[in-house]
Amino acid sequence: MVEEKMKVPFDVEQIRKQFPTLSQQVYGKNLVYLDNGATSQKPQVVIDAIAKYYSEDNSNIHRGVHHLSQVATEQYENARATIQRYINAPLLEEVLFTAGTTAGINMIAFSFGETLKEGDEIIISAMEHHSNIVPWQMLCERKKCVLKVIPINQKGELKMDVFESFLSEKTKLVSVTHISNTLGTINPIKEIIDQSHQAGAKVIVDGAQSIQHMKIDVQELDCDFFIFSGHKVFGPTGVGVVYGKKEMLDILPPYQGGGDMIAKVTFEKTTYNVLPHKFEAGTPNISGGICLGTAFEFLAEQDLDAIAKHEHHLAKFAEEEIVKIEGARIIGTAQNKTSVVSFVIDGLHPFDIGTLLDKQGVAVRTGHHCTQPLMDFFEIPGTIRASFAFYNTMEEVEIFIKALKRSVEMLR
Amino acid sequence: MTLEEKQIEIVEEFEVFDDWMDKYEYIIELGKELPIISEENKTEDKLIEGCQSRVWLHYEVKDGKMQFSADSDAIITKGIIGLLIRVMNNESPETIATANLHFIADIGLQEHLSPTRANGLASMVQRLKMSALKAI
Repeated sequence: MVEEKMKVPFDVEQIRKQFPTLSQQVYGKNLVYLDNGATSQKPQVVIDAIAKYYSEDNSNIHRGVHHLSQVATEQYENARATIQRYINAPLLEEVLFTAGTTAGINMIAFSFGETLKEGDEIIISAMEHHSNIVPWQMLCERKKCVLKVIPINQKGELKMDVFESFLSEKTKLVSVTHISNTLGTINPIKEIIDQSHQAGAKVIVDGAQSIQHMKIDVQELDCDFFIFSGHKVFGPTGVGVVYGKKEMLDILPPYQGGGDMIAKVTFEKTTYNVLPHKFEAGTPNISGGICLGTAFEFLAEQDLDAIAKHEHHLAKFAEEEIVKIEGARIIGTAQNKTSVVSFVIDGLHPFDIGTLLDKQGVAVRTGHHCTQPLMDFFEIPGTIRASFAFYNTMEEVEIFIKALKRSVEMLR
Repeated sequence: MTLEEKQIEIVEEFEVFDDWMDKYEYIIELGKELPIISEENKTEDKLIEGCQSRVWLHYEVKDGKMQFSADSDAIITKGIIGLLIRVMNNESPETIATANLHFIADIGLQEHLSPTRANGLASMVQRLKMSALKAI
């Protein structure tokens, strides 16, 4: 885990100075960026690392004998090691670079899917992102497996008793989100992992919304796979990580064939490279991988507990103010929640609210958030979602609330 | 008034607003006034599904001129539709099919016509033009 001595005390103003995108105006107003669930802004160190890579170190990795190739390879593998340390993965080769969470889930859905047979069962939940629904539907169609969906209650919490009743010797895989991108619900992931393991099932944790908000220790969780995107955790877009237990990655067949993933190729038979390369066919997003490492170095220096408190404070204040607006309703009121505030206002369309907030400098997300089944459950077309990061301030929440009230007045 | 003159008229109307919110205040008013499509015409084939807001578009050709009515579940989308219909109504299919709708960009609302905006408006303009082509 991250060493305590490296931490810098949390100071939101100091943090903000490191994120250049935040200090700009849109439509003549100071930007208030509350769409962190969609993607995070990047600290200067990450931006500089991208520029440095392309200015000084650009080269293909793992193959070249020349100097630059070795420099790039070393940086790429160092980034893997940084991420390994951050998530406390036991082995370096258990950290696979992918293009993002979607790519990671599709990879495991294919490779794990190859080990399944007709009638095997996969469990997901009702609050999954489409990325953790559709790959499993495709797999179930391909392999004639059965997909079971853990229902939720009106607060947006998983019905754990139903989950337990789903588990049987037929359950081969449980793939659930750690934190709901739409509701902010923090799922009892450890309980899910332990119960699944008792039933003999493997567990994938979709960590796209949790890695940036809390300490992740894959050994403590004991999950079989932990998948996340780089861009939501202050890194570049187009890169992500699949952590997988070596015992699993060893037995799963590769997903894509091509360069880097082979040991020897003949037209009669091809043998595959060792981990992690077996799952990293082709030239990867080298800059992305290296700079994601930079993002994790940056994150490792932060006081995550203080950040969690700060984010919680922002979300709680926002919720308290939103519910004072006539007809406003928070969607997702789980006991255990992260800094995501999704809401609807009776009679008003989220699109209209989002457009008017935008013109007042406030960036939120509106719509179904790639969770259409969840919208169907709550019988709403979409929500307005404000998602906070550690660089947001109370003052920004106040601006957001003021802008929201003005938008509502205009629309009524 | 020609289609071009109608466009210029709208651009002039919007010139009085120097603030974005005033502009949207006006669009919202227009949205509230939009001649709503009658319920019997709000059928599946007239629905243009955007990712966020939905648009219904109905048209008729009377004496060689096109008549549109439309609706949306989002009021801003509806306001912009109102502007589009004001420009397009009572024009011949030929005029509509070849119209250069520059007023949307001129008044700073081009973002709403971007296919990525997902409000159904880009598809709606396409369908307006397609309906004109069919009517020629």
